[in-house]
Amino acid sequence: MEAWWLLLVKSVGLVLLLFLIFAYLMLFERKFLGFFQLRHGPNRTGPWGLLQPFADAVKLVFKEDIIPASADRLIYRLAPMISLFVALAAYVVIPVAPSSGSFRWGIADPNAGLLLLLAILSLGVYGIALGGWASQGKYTLLGALRSTAQAISYELAMAMSLVGVLILAGSVRLDDIVAAQARVPFIVLQPVGALIFLICIVAETNRAPFDLPEGETELVGGYHTEYSGLRFAMYYMAEYINMIVMASLLTHLYLGGWHGPLLPPVVWFALKVAAVLFLFIWLRATLPRFRYDRLMSFGWKVLLPLAALNLLVTAAVVVLA
Amino acid sequence: MVLFFLLGSLMAVAGASGVVVARKPVHGVIGMILNFLGLALLYVSLQAEFLAVVQIIVYAGAVMVLFLFVVALLTAHAKPPAMGPSPLRGQGWRAGLVAVLLLTALLPVGVVVPGRAEPWEGDFGGVVRFGQELLTTHLLAFEALALVLMVAVIGVVILVGRPPQRRRGARGEGGS
Amino acid sequence: MVINYLEVGIFALVAVAFVAITLAIGSLLRPKNPYANKLAPYECGEIPVGDGQVRFHIRYYIFALVFLVFDVEIIFLYPWAVVLEQLGLFGLVEMLIFLGLLVVGLVYAWRKKVLRWV
Repeated sequence: MEAWWLLLVKSVGLVLLLFLIFAYLMLFERKFLGFFQLRHGPNRTGPWGLLQPFADAVKLVFKEDIIPASADRLIYRLAPMISLFVALAAYVVIPVAPSSGSFRWGIADPNAGLLLLLAILSLGVYGIALGGWASQGKYTLLGALRSTAQAISYELAMAMSLVGVLILAGSVRLDDIVAAQARVPFIVLQPVGALIFLICIVAETNRAPFDLPEGETELVGGYHTEYSGLRFAMYYMAEYINMIVMASLLTHLYLGGWHGPLLPPVVWFALKVAAVLFLFIWLRATLPRFRYDRLMSFGWKVLLPLAALNLLVTAAVVVLA
Repeated sequence: MVLFFLLGSLMAVAGASGVVVARKPVHGVIGMILNFLGLALLYVSLQAEFLAVVQIIVYAGAVMVLFLFVVALLTAHAKPPAMGPSPLRGQGWRAGLVAVLLLTALLPVGVVVPGRAEPWEGDFGGVVRFGQELLTTHLLAFEALALVLMVAVIGVVILVGRPPQRRRGARGEGGS
Repeated sequence: MVINYLEVGIFALVAVAFVAITLAIGSLLRPKNPYANKLAPYECGEIPVGDGQVRFHIRYYIFALVFLVFDVEIIFLYPWAVVLEQLGLFGLVEMLIFLGLLVVGLVYAWRKKVLRWV
């Protein structure tokens, strides 16, 4: 174990970094959506709109925190915190570069790394479910229910698809999984698994085309309709930090993590994560929203059996070859 | 190790008390999640790494989602029960006293029989070791478990599945 | 190895601290001016009809139940996956039986149209 102060510095640094990436991810999303739709996106605050995240943050801090009269006050306050905490905590086991000597880039490195990550992610559903329930509005309740049902459905296919990676790597430590991809990234060996995983992480983060929980044409804002000010911002932060977590996870599991020629590992990792995040934005700009019954039957009747088949074929090839 | 134990038991006890004290069922659900997280910490302090993770994924992540659905489903219009005159007359005190006595009686046992203090070697409790044990020594239990799970799915379908639909008019199989 | 989880704990504390500090700063700066209309649930500007606690459909509950069963199943896939290479063919056959039994359950649910979202 490293010195506790170093750990503290690393933790604070990581949290700040995640906040910063969140802020600029949001700006870049708005910029790119603008470009996709042949407009400029935010360009008034600072050069190229680069100060926009700070303007948004200042605005949201100064907004009133409205708690509806009929709301369950305790849970209403707690829910966004749960969401944001879970999103932040999930990054604890993700390393960004191989440990060099005694210095480690990641925070913690438990043997059950990936499983711990899945465990933390499985708690993320409460932030949304409780927030929507506590607001006591019709839209919020429906949004929360949809989100929960969607999250648990796609969680199954996601977990099933990454078992293929575990078979190939023979470990659940993320360091080992990345090390096993030194020559060939697993996306080459597991194309179906990677595709299923990609679809599932888009659904898990409630992003378009799976953004039914906050489908504004039918549910206003979904589970966060009643939230305002900082608590609303916390839900947004949680969503985007979840995107970063999932993109990092996809990079580690299928894209070979930090492996790559010439450039240092950290840069490779950052580049790959950025590419996945761009894919998220691209999907949002391109695809229309799913219909809810199709979303559910796609998760249960297409992705889940396909993931199981992928798993069996992988196992058979590994054993027999 | 002791730190984990203290923190874990504190969370577990706090969560359990929350479940008992909570007036609203949803608050009880949150208390229960806290309790499960505390239990997971206790497993970690016992080196049962895999079990701790399973505790969170299955109990905190799946079972409590179900609880939340049930609570939200059933208590939609239920008012919290009115508190009439308490049916207990002084039993609370006596039960508390007995509990304290029992705990003090149990305390020396813990001191006399300290149990295993040194950690297990190797990857005891880890995923790989768990897999080896489960798939060789406890193979029968493993396959029996699959059977139990299958029965569970079928049970779900029978209990809450749709009754056979009687179709009237021109509505086809395609559904709406 | 238990010590690794201490690092997780420290990071969790830092995360909680950040969330708390953000909210504390907000509570110092933001205005507070509640009145009845502002605190009513949002229903697109109309006066809310009834309370927000609508009853919802049983199908959410069914999916949660089925999810629970399959979640437990997938838990057992992890330890199997990491030791598969050691066990070889034996491990493969074991999992074929395990999955086969569960597929029976899934097919049954499918045929009984429980997985249909209508």
